[in-house]
Amino acid sequence: MTTRHFGAPVRRNEDATLLTGQATFVADVRLESMLHAAVLRADVAHGVLGAVDTSAARRMPGIVAVFTAEDLGEQWAPFPLLVPPPPIAGLTFNTATHVPLARDRVRHVGEPIAVVVATDRYLAEDALAEIVVEVEPLPVVADIEGALSADATLLHPHLGSNLAAHAVQQKGDYEHAYSRADHVVSRRFVYDRGTSVALETRGVVASWDAQSSELTVWDTTQAPIPIRNALAARFGLLESQVRVIAPFIGGGFGPKVMFYPEEVLIPWISMRLGRPVRWIEDRQEAFFATTQERGQVHEAELALASNGTILGARDVFLHDTGAYAPYGLTVPINTQCTLLGPYRVPAYYSEFRVVFTNRPIVTPIRGAGRQHGVFVMERLLDFAARDLGLDPVEIRRRNYLRPDEFPHNHQIYFQDSAPLRYDSGNYLPALEKAADMIGYAEFGARKSRARSEGRRLGVGIVSYVEGTGIGPYEGVRITVDPSGRVRLATGVGTQGQGHFTSFAQIAADHLGVAVEDVMVSTGDTRHFGWGTGTFASRGAVVVGSACEGAARAVRRKILALAGELLEVAEDDLRLAGGRVHVAGIPERGFDLGELAVRANPLRGAVKPGTEPGLEATSYFAPDMGSTASGVHAMVVEVDAETGFVDILEYAVVHDCGRVINPMIVEGQVQGGVAQGIGNAFYEHLDFDEEGQLLNASLMDYLIPTATVMPKIEVAHMETPSPLNPLGVKGVGEAGAIPVAAAFAQAVEDALSDAGVEIREIPLSPERVFELIQRADAEEGP
Amino acid sequence: MQIAVTVNGRLHERSVEPRRLLCDFLRDDLGLTGTRVGCEHGACGSCTILVDGESARSCLMFAVQADGAELTTVEGLAPDGGLHPLQAAFREAHGLQCGFCTPGILMTMLPFLDENPDPDEAEIRTALSGNLCRCTGYQNIVKAVLIAAGVATNGESSQ
Ligand code: FES
Ligand code: FES
Repeated sequence: MTTRHFGAPVRRNEDATLLTGQATFVADVRLESMLHAAVLRADVAHGVLGAVDTSAARRMPGIVAVFTAEDLGEQWAPFPLLVPPPPIAGLTFNTATHVPLARDRVRHVGEPIAVVVATDRYLAEDALAEIVVEVEPLPVVADIEGALSADATLLHPHLGSNLAAHAVQQKGDYEHAYSRADHVVSRRFVYDRGTSVALETRGVVASWDAQSSELTVWDTTQAPIPIRNALAARFGLLESQVRVIAPFIGGGFGPKVMFYPEEVLIPWISMRLGRPVRWIEDRQEAFFATTQERGQVHEAELALASNGTILGARDVFLHDTGAYAPYGLTVPINTQCTLLGPYRVPAYYSEFRVVFTNRPIVTPIRGAGRQHGVFVMERLLDFAARDLGLDPVEIRRRNYLRPDEFPHNHQIYFQDSAPLRYDSGNYLPALEKAADMIGYAEFGARKSRARSEGRRLGVGIVSYVEGTGIGPYEGVRITVDPSGRVRLATGVGTQGQGHFTSFAQIAADHLGVAVEDVMVSTGDTRHFGWGTGTFASRGAVVVGSACEGAARAVRRKILALAGELLEVAEDDLRLAGGRVHVAGIPERGFDLGELAVRANPLRGAVKPGTEPGLEATSYFAPDMGSTASGVHAMVVEVDAETGFVDILEYAVVHDCGRVINPMIVEGQVQGGVAQGIGNAFYEHLDFDEEGQLLNASLMDYLIPTATVMPKIEVAHMETPSPLNPLGVKGVGEAGAIPVAAAFAQAVEDALSDAGVEIREIPLSPERVFELIQRADAEEGP
Repeated sequence: MQIAVTVNGRLHERSVEPRRLLCDFLRDDLGLTGTRVGCEHGACGSCTILVDGESARSCLMFAVQADGAELTTVEGLAPDGGLHPLQAAFREAHGLQCGFCTPGILMTMLPFLDENPDPDEAEIRTALSGNLCRCTGYQNIVKAVLIAAGVATNGESSQ
């Protein structure tokens, strides 16, 4: 097989549709006699919900119906737990999941209370103002650290505590490591909340067709198949009666893998009213009603030998899950596991408590807890290096796992309930390459030169690993169409990752067709009905591997049939240019379309043991995730007068195994870094003590713009994964994961003479300025 | 209210409510859904169109304010079904991922390039600063604009 397309920077199949405005996003779906929904949301963070009077709203012009929890009847039920916790010994796990519409109690600002359905969205929103809600306010648990205090009000009184979960995972004997350590660094770290800000807000359009008894739902979900299955179960329909379509999605980043109230309410209302219904979240709602992430507080410790060798690590942290915990332990377990990084850590004690607070719900956002672990470990290494008189690069070098230490078993559970085991890796060359790209060796001289001109430069360089490509499985069906083009269908949704192209590249290589002749369908349960979704950087790994399997199977069918018809051995056949032909005799063969017609005979039976058509379905189920890795380095300039930080240079060396399309991978990395930079310096959800969000707009919550983003240099390293036939590892989240750690190191370096220590994220110009002031004050005149 | 607007060269006469946003009018009344809505408060730029040749945010205008105006939306960039050179440059440079911000960015860059046929990277970044993109980190968008301006080809990494 010639691998012409795999590994090449092939231009994307999906671009023309997107560039010309022809692509259909959920908000573009317009149906005959469609109604429009708007959601009334809680405006206090905690309270006992009394009467909800909708009578005035119902009388407003254009209003078709108003629904509250009471109207839902049997459909009112808490949502299922989406991810069960791993079998950790001694685990405490208190489930409390969200509900479709609040009944009895509201637990965060933005929790849905009622839905108005009108002939027009403007009228629906007018009527929201006429609904009268009685809420008796309760004391608000606004703060992660106050949640477990004895006098904290309970969010879920039946649980008897605001503790959602408590887990300890350990390997080796940390106490022993501690007792023989030459040096121990311990610090407290705070990582605060941010949000995903996909440029497309969420939306659902549902249409119940009574004639065919079919429900069709367009949904901005990253996981349409689980949504279909859940809707069918809830409404007592066959799965075949429900079609969920995740069309083009305007960015996912994690929060679009959920089971949101509107995903049940809008289909249910469509069935009730017998008319299509559309709901599109507005930007302000998105700040409350779409899930968020990142709030954690760590007390962490690293025990080392005097030469900088890690003997053990200890971390005890709190994780804020918000008002409900539908996503189980995915985020804190990612934190727990990712903290170990690329390092040899013989002893590890990690304990976390997940707490309920009166804030919006927390579920994974790009990185999904990994950046917290990386931040804690990398910061501890930086402090240890300083104390021990080592260079930050040197201390990392001394602790990396060597290539001969793989597979490396960390003896704790990862988020997918499989053991945390690294499949492969080669870390040191990445570090050296990144140091080279950023000019690390000469940086000291550059820094002093700049300092003598009154400028403060700093450098940061950190490592990370990322568990990617987890199970359970995905599938792909590939069909040669009589037109000669190839249809490829998979169940996962796509949110800009280039699936229409990278999956096509894999198929094109095996079938000898052009990449643009492979028509990829993603995220439509009618086209492919088995699988889970796009999350945890798994698309390329799991679906890509299934593509490989299906493409090979179709190739075998092509060769078998052509061999039979042409009466030649299969080995003598070639697939190229959309044809199968005898080697050296291009005219002796078939166009694939023609062969597809032959494979579907009008006369004559399909022989026993064969199937019609040139089609195959294949599934791939990895036993465990593959571990990608990388190093990020940056040079910053800090203005000590204003606290402003300018990122001057940024280098990424990443290793996601074999690369299907380097252009797409670089784009993923660049975008991830942008989100990481936002997370490190620009973005902060500012909640007050009453649980009110003070910056719920894109005017006040700042995501990076083109003027603040540096140019990012990306270098690829390829350490293939042994866990899948392509040797690939995921890359979707990688860019975002180590940025905060690198940023903190660089800013601290720039302020080294001011004695600033950074133990928190996000920073901001004001906060950097404050830290400088405080360090000055502590040092005295 | 009765309005008459020309969109992508075609005249539309409609009656609209005074409070109807121009973006909703384009998307829902005329079915031109290529103009995307990311915030409805003028912050993201994804709803940008041309109003009498100038970039404007269609979520910050009422449809009635467009009465008598000539509008161009992304659907009007390459009416023949192909790609406008700017669109082709975005494909060439991988200047889009989810593509949600893209129509607004194209409609911002179009008049920018008319006025600045030979921009440098810093000028492009400034011109882009009112358009949010959450996927790309902007690097390849800048590259696409440089390609469209003829300042770079994809082969050279000139930005
Ligand atoms: S939708 Fe108009 S600027 Fe965001
Ligand atoms: S490409 Fe997704 S927001 Fe720009």
